[in-house]
Amino acid sequence: MKNRKLALAGLLGAGLLVAACGTSGSSSTAAAPGGQGFTPPKLDALAQLGQPEGQVNVLAWPGYAENGSNDPAVDWVTGFEKETGCKVNVKAFGTSDEAVSLMKTGQYDVISASGDASLRLIASGDVEPVNTALVPNYADVFDFLKNRPWNSVNNVSYGVPHGWGANLLTWRTDKVTPAPTSWSVMFDANSPYKGKITAYDSPIYIADAALYLQTHKPELGIKNPYALDDKQFQAAVDLLKQQRPMVAEYWSDYLKESQALKSGDAVVGTAWQVTVNLTKSEGAPVESVLPSEGATGWSDTWMVGAKSPHKTCSYKWLNHIVSPKANAQVAEYFGESPSNPKACAETKNKAHCETFHAGDAAYASKIQYWTTPIAQCLDGRTDVKCKDYGEWTRAWTEIKG
Amino acid sequence: MTTTLDSPRRKASAFLYRKPRLRLGILLSAPMLWLGLAYLGALAALFVTAFWSTDVFTGQVVTEWSLNNFVTLFSDAVYRTITLRTVGIAALVTVVTAIIAFPMAFYMAKFASPRARRLLVIAVMTPLWASYLVKAYAWRTMLSGNGVLHWLLNPFGLDTPGYGVLATVITLSYLWLPYMILPIYAGLERLPNSLVDASGDLGARPFRTFRSVVLPVTFPAVVAGSIFTFSLSLGDYIAVKIVGGTSQMLGNVVYDNIGAANNLPFAATVATVPVVIMLAYLAAVRRTGALDNL
Repeated sequence: MKNRKLALAGLLGAGLLVAACGTSGSSSTAAAPGGQGFTPPKLDALAQLGQPEGQVNVLAWPGYAENGSNDPAVDWVTGFEKETGCKVNVKAFGTSDEAVSLMKTGQYDVISASGDASLRLIASGDVEPVNTALVPNYADVFDFLKNRPWNSVNNVSYGVPHGWGANLLTWRTDKVTPAPTSWSVMFDANSPYKGKITAYDSPIYIADAALYLQTHKPELGIKNPYALDDKQFQAAVDLLKQQRPMVAEYWSDYLKESQALKSGDAVVGTAWQVTVNLTKSEGAPVESVLPSEGATGWSDTWMVGAKSPHKTCSYKWLNHIVSPKANAQVAEYFGESPSNPKACAETKNKAHCETFHAGDAAYASKIQYWTTPIAQCLDGRTDVKCKDYGEWTRAWTEIKG
Repeated sequence: MTTTLDSPRRKASAFLYRKPRLRLGILLSAPMLWLGLAYLGALAALFVTAFWSTDVFTGQVVTEWSLNNFVTLFSDAVYRTITLRTVGIAALVTVVTAIIAFPMAFYMAKFASPRARRLLVIAVMTPLWASYLVKAYAWRTMLSGNGVLHWLLNPFGLDTPGYGVLATVITLSYLWLPYMILPIYAGLERLPNSLVDASGDLGARPFRTFRSVVLPVTFPAVVAGSIFTFSLSLGDYIAVKIVGGTSQMLGNVVYDNIGAANNLPFAATVATVPVVIMLAYLAAVRRTGALDNL
């Protein structure tokens, strides 16, 4: 009996081992420290388009590739299928980490990656450079979104910028006066709104604290809130621990936050523009601002899988999704700033681009876009080791207590 | 004899008749495979994973044996705090549901007419038909600073507890109440009325009867219910995310390590904590005979 148990355990262990080895092949080619902290594997972009292959497997954030099955009125996929003959198979993911592990299966041709996923995908060779000349609509995309650290390496583009937004300082105008212009209302120990503060529930929120310290404690020398050495990281963690008793609750679901703002359980916090719009539309007096210190935010990029057998359809999808019409539909449906200026003429709500500051490069430059913290400092320092995302996560658990 | 055994079916049946062990083996192979591979196998895999680690950049699992995850789990005070909080919440939920469920189950089993009994059983089950999330969010609205509870309690100088550990206990108690009522109801139904009558005949007052007759006989049923409420609370992470304010439970740590950090091995390490607690709990309640009541 004992032997049989042992054999079973052994069998299971062996099975897991095989499974683990099976997926680790691509990582061996990754990541010796280089210009941006790592050197991506050598992959070539597609030279020219061929015949459409008949289908394209899309890995997308929910709401980025709607085909009318959720709501018949929301559909920018069916038209594309008819026009190009590329059938679109959509798989939605919930977090960047889920996206990264799904992409490793090699079953997906294109992916909408946020900045905290894109570098990992590039480094592990799961996505390849994109020949932007084959994407006609790329020419229209705002210049300030192109060739940024999260969608390019050494000026080689790895995808098409799609949409972006900021994590804004948001407050109830009837409960918070005067209108705040600094994150101090959330981080200062003497904030009059303690107990009514709401903050984002993710390890990446540590960057918000680091961004605050960048202005308020310049002696720490923080240059990039995603590249923190021991001392800087500790300072950010301490700041968040001091903030915790003042926090009413952490939010990860924007509807939950909207409800807290509506009921007045929270009067000030960090929020997305879409939350602000939603809360306002339901009658609660809220406003938001990009504070003097700047803010964190997201910028998404459509990328092409390195192992994709449907390259032509993939490029056609990339071109379609940043076309004025589709870009406008996604931006409006999801609540973010489109990447194509021509999209602004196509939105149903004509004020959309103004509300979301599309094309406002000065505004966009104040945003520190989400990036995966890695041990090689992203700000270029080589004399210290930075804290990686695993340590961020562990610290986040500790902060919440 | 040979003439009756000509068809293959008969041959097979006769063969199986002569081999009772083989017969039993075939009969049990499907459930045993399920239990052994899918169920216990998954637990074993979980335990094995807990000794591995993750490559920080690519997020791949590194299959090298180490105790580092367990060292972190035991050396960081925060995990102790979270474990104690989780066990405390689970224990409180169990006590609250037991107190609420007992009179309800008692009425259903001993006083209600058969028709009313059926209706009450259905009424107890109805909340199970609604989505967990809807119920949790409903409590979120009720517990809000200007919600129903605030409105109800304010005239008496009281107020809603707001979001936090207490709100979590209330919500979980609501969610798991049916799992406590039904086992107690089943236990009480098996309690012979004659025992209660005999106690009365011997001069015991109702409370004495309850303490000396009803409770000892139904205690295993209460413990059986507590296994459900305790283990369900121990593993919960959604209710606390919705009404828990800034608090977190073991489930949140597991979830964050899988969802955010992609650190499956450490999540597995944390996930062994409730398993160990439940094993200890089951070992403790085994002697009460509660497991026969499941």
